[in-house]
Amino acid sequence: MNVKAHINKLGWPRIIIGLFLASMYISCPFLGLDLKAALNDTFIRFGMNAVLVLSLVPMIQAGTGLNFGMPLGVEAGLLGATISIELGAKGFNGFLVAILFAIIFGIIFGWIYGLILNKAKGGEMMIATYVGFSSVALMCIMWLILPFKSQDMIWAYGGSGLRTTISVENYWYRILEKVLNLKNINFPIGEVIIFIIFAFIISMFFKTKSGLAMKAVGTNEKFAKATGINIEKERIKSVVLSSMLAAIGIVIYQQSFGFVQLYLAPFYMAFPAIAAILIGGASVKKATILNVVIGTFLFQGILTMTPSVVNGIIKTDMSETIRIIVSNGMILYALTRKGEL
Amino acid sequence: MEEKLLEIKNLSKSFGENTVLKDINFHIKEGEIIGLVGENGAGKSTLMKIIFGMSVIKDTGGYKGEIKVNGKVVNFSNPFEALEEGIGMVHQEFSLIPGFKASENIVLNRESTKKSFLENFFGEGVTRLDVDANTNRSEKAIDKLGLKINSEEVITNMPVAHMQFIEIAREIEREKTKLLILDEPTAVLTEKESEILIETIKKLSKKGISIIFITHRLDEIIEACDKVVVLRDGLMIKSIPTSETNVEEITQWMIGRKVESNKEKTSDKEIDEENIILELKNFNVDMPGERVKNLNLKVRKGEILGLAGMAGQGKIGIANGVMGLYLSSGEVKFKGEDIKTNLPAEPLKKGMFFVSEDRKGVGLILDESIAMNIAYPSIQIKKQFLKSFGKVFNYRDIKEITNNANDYLKKLKIKCMSSEQRVAELSGGNQQKVCLAKAFTMDPELMFVSEPTRGIDVGAKKLVLDILEKYNKENKTTIIITSSEVEELRMICDRIAVVNEGKVAAILPATADIIEIGKHMVGVGGDK
Repeated sequence: MNVKAHINKLGWPRIIIGLFLASMYISCPFLGLDLKAALNDTFIRFGMNAVLVLSLVPMIQAGTGLNFGMPLGVEAGLLGATISIELGAKGFNGFLVAILFAIIFGIIFGWIYGLILNKAKGGEMMIATYVGFSSVALMCIMWLILPFKSQDMIWAYGGSGLRTTISVENYWYRILEKVLNLKNINFPIGEVIIFIIFAFIISMFFKTKSGLAMKAVGTNEKFAKATGINIEKERIKSVVLSSMLAAIGIVIYQQSFGFVQLYLAPFYMAFPAIAAILIGGASVKKATILNVVIGTFLFQGILTMTPSVVNGIIKTDMSETIRIIVSNGMILYALTRKGEL
Repeated sequence: MEEKLLEIKNLSKSFGENTVLKDINFHIKEGEIIGLVGENGAGKSTLMKIIFGMSVIKDTGGYKGEIKVNGKVVNFSNPFEALEEGIGMVHQEFSLIPGFKASENIVLNRESTKKSFLENFFGEGVTRLDVDANTNRSEKAIDKLGLKINSEEVITNMPVAHMQFIEIAREIEREKTKLLILDEPTAVLTEKESEILIETIKKLSKKGISIIFITHRLDEIIEACDKVVVLRDGLMIKSIPTSETNVEEITQWMIGRKVESNKEKTSDKEIDEENIILELKNFNVDMPGERVKNLNLKVRKGEILGLAGMAGQGKIGIANGVMGLYLSSGEVKFKGEDIKTNLPAEPLKKGMFFVSEDRKGVGLILDESIAMNIAYPSIQIKKQFLKSFGKVFNYRDIKEITNNANDYLKKLKIKCMSSEQRVAELSGGNQQKVCLAKAFTMDPELMFVSEPTRGIDVGAKKLVLDILEKYNKENKTTIIITSSEVEELRMICDRIAVVNEGKVAAILPATADIIEIGKHMVGVGGDK
């Protein structure tokens, strides 16, 4: 009885995916793969993506839907990163400057984005997708014409405009580990700590007056109205919060990855994050921190493990093909059951 | 004229365990006009749905008893079969295509056609419409009504009354139509237009078309009908020729119940008649189905004021309008101070609160705990139940919230496992008590309570009313109760305002005769 209740709480999809993932870890030694490295890879990817997935929570809670417009927040983060490099800020300070500018642009972009979404009540997700896409196009132009001068970022040999990929090696590569003096350990402790901090802030936020108001708007708009809550305002707030977190999330992603990717890179940023949170058990209307943690781990775990395991079995290198099939397959699966999972 | 066109024998219908119609017997002769009256929920619309063969009836298990048309037993499974037998219905909501011409609407799907060359290849779907013939037919139908309406006009450009006539014209254009059911056709019409409509109905009946006329305006029944059928709580109370009765008697049958047996309000409160807490002037609310039009009302401090009225007359709209949930205009004065309309936070901050008639939709977050539901407005409006976290966050104080909830669980006897239970799991009566607890936590000076006993069982009804009465007495809170059940209002109110057609028709003391109140509800109050 008790077991059944626990199973129901966790949900069958997560148990099945979890078992599948576990079976891949178990098969590692038999295929001659290094289990420790495999687990480490999974955790690194978890650390890179967790805050991006977390950024979906405010909008889901406020009933503004899944944030398909995440690329917009990501662009804000990219602006933060490039400005920080342009200013020549290095080390942890450089990282903080990047975060600071990411937050500023996140707020501005999010506010405009929120105004647009309020005009599209009921059809937010479709509109959000295109807001995200068009922001990428707009920023493609911006990367070329914004007056960046740093030699590390512009095209080599005196060109103008930013490169597609900018290394942060000399600035704040893996700064979250370096700052903790853990150079020899590969485990992403810094990312996990910063995720825990943000997760704590978010869960506390939803216990404040403002957070409760936002949640009321998401669960029952009529109730919120009768309680004197300004619905439009709460919705904009949630969008600002989500965009801000997405901006911070991408900076964390970059410091772990080592590169700032511009131009078309943010295009499909939203889909893996959304798939992760849905697999974690969130619905379009409700998401918890636990959904974020479970979902990110399962999604990233499968994504890292499947290519290497399949490669190990068929003995040919087609990891990239398999990665694309698996990631898009999981997104498809998650989106088809966004209501029930 | 003696042939029975429609005969209904021992008709019963229940939805699940809920019996809505029991042993209905009546018949209509050719060319007769029958008025069908009853309070909300008396079973009028269910009866009409059965006669017209709406599929809901079949889907919910059909009905018991017999319906005969022209002496032949019928059992329609869809409205098309009813149309085939010559029964037409004009619904309360218009079913016209706005962008089409009147003539096109009248002959829709029965158009006269001309032979077309393409027909040979693509079948009947491409036959040409014979516009002239269609216009002709429409004009004939409108003529039959004895009216002058341009059949070439587009529906959107027409006054409401004309749309109503076009609907009727469409039904009688069918050659077969022998029986016409009109559901509240005068609800949207002005007095003058109603008169014309009634004239039209009479003309039609002379041409041999029988009519079932549903309305809440009893004077129209007396005026137009040959016979009146009164329903109450699913029972047929009376079927009598209108010439043998009058409005007063009909009202009595409609509202009925043993009037004497009820406890009458004994008021020991002292209410200062001059001390007005809330005043509405030329107040309009655009709430679909419950419009308030140019209403004026003064509420005295400390009283319980009842708002009575038939469904759709606007009594529900008043509270929703004042609280800013539906678009409103006009003047609202609370304690002598102007309140801005259409801003829900405004009246809440000033000390008003609203317990909505839509308990599950507006009143509660079903997925939340009892405790949180009770605390929500107080957190948002009064910033109560918050504690500070390192002076950065002000977050909810679970302990206080739970204490407050437990307090009310005891006081209002809310049956539940704990204050952490989700409200969705509670019964209707207990949910209502949670709504009241929420209101009491706000400690308002004026409380709107809409339909507090709707959908809850008899025992709980009494409890809820007692709670309200006690709260009024102890806290001197002014309460405005809206209810469809006049009996209830008479039990706990000091005064009852009857709302009819979006306006206050009369304000009576709660001790007033129930028949008197009933008459104001059906719009014949001033006659005596």
